[in-house]
Amino acid sequence: MATFTLPRNSRITAGTTHAAATEARQPRRFRIYRYDPDSGENPRLDSYEIDLDDCGPMVLDALIKIKNEVDSGLTFRRSCREGICGSCSMNIDGTNTLACLKPIDEIKGDVRIYPLPHMEVIKDLVTDLTAAYAQLASVEPWLKTSTPAPAGEERRQSIEERERLDGLWECVLCFSCSTACPSYWWSGDRYLGPAVLLQAYRWIVDSRDESTGERLDALEDPFRLYRCHTIMNCTKTCPKGLNPARAIAEIKKLMVARR
Amino acid sequence: MNGKNMRTPLGRARGLGSAKDGVHHWWMQRLTAIALVPLCLWFVASLVRVAGADHAATVAWIGSPLVAIMLILLVIAGFYHAALGLRVVIEDYVGSETVKQVTLILMQFACIALGVATVFSILKLAL
Repeated sequence: MATFTLPRNSRITAGTTHAAATEARQPRRFRIYRYDPDSGENPRLDSYEIDLDDCGPMVLDALIKIKNEVDSGLTFRRSCREGICGSCSMNIDGTNTLACLKPIDEIKGDVRIYPLPHMEVIKDLVTDLTAAYAQLASVEPWLKTSTPAPAGEERRQSIEERERLDGLWECVLCFSCSTACPSYWWSGDRYLGPAVLLQAYRWIVDSRDESTGERLDALEDPFRLYRCHTIMNCTKTCPKGLNPARAIAEIKKLMVARR
Repeated sequence: MNGKNMRTPLGRARGLGSAKDGVHHWWMQRLTAIALVPLCLWFVASLVRVAGADHAATVAWIGSPLVAIMLILLVIAGFYHAALGLRVVIEDYVGSETVKQVTLILMQFACIALGVATVFSILKLAL
């Protein structure tokens, strides 16, 4: 049956407060989820007061400042700090997004930062995405052809064919969308989730790919594809402005078209 | 580490493979939804018209051929659509595999039994 009680470690306790220096001209409070599963202690919410006069504009800038200057134990993923690597996805101010693309001044009141929802927490803001990466590998996100590549040149594609990949190739696989999807929360072991389905569609519509039918075969499943009930949390949360819900709808249309 | 967790992440993601099914369910859910729009509008409008009628007049109304046919179509489309929708709700929210399967079976039996009983009732008045 549905579980009505939450596990013990879902209860978040009050943490420590790191007050701003008295000379801070523009102090701002960040309330950040802290959890170390190895410690045996429950998660806590630590507060950090940062002087925004001495900090970059994005939430990631504040996190890096906190880690560098206040609390080196704070753990999060980051790499490119410009929305290309997809590492710093987390739940900021109640919405999944990339910390590097989220301006602090867009947030009213305290800046609340949690890990991506409904994923196992490795530490603090770092979640275990192993299963999601494996689901990505399961849709074989690479060009599959039987025809050998033309000698000495690339596989050709018309401008129109290439344009069909726009809105798909930009995905940085941050999994903000999948972890914003209740269907992925409840059935993530079998439902592929919007991020992986968008990737699957990216190869389904690639005019150079010759495995379209096999790709559709692999998705034709009540759980893998049809757990999507089109509530569009994915599209609403995507920090890159992409539309995974549309990609999923297009896959469903192709499923009907080939009947 | 127990045996269940020793499977590779890719092995777990592939699981039992695709069921090669789901399009029919999805398509029938849309078809019944489209059919239910005019049927429901007709039903509500009709109910408003016969709301004040006495028992004999209502029975005569249900028994007229066109009304009986429309009601039977409404019942078939309605219970089919309900069974398809409830299946999704149960699959989404019932965690235990055993409870899920038992609930699905009971739900489908209930939809078929209620549908047949309703159609029979209409026919009894119409024929």
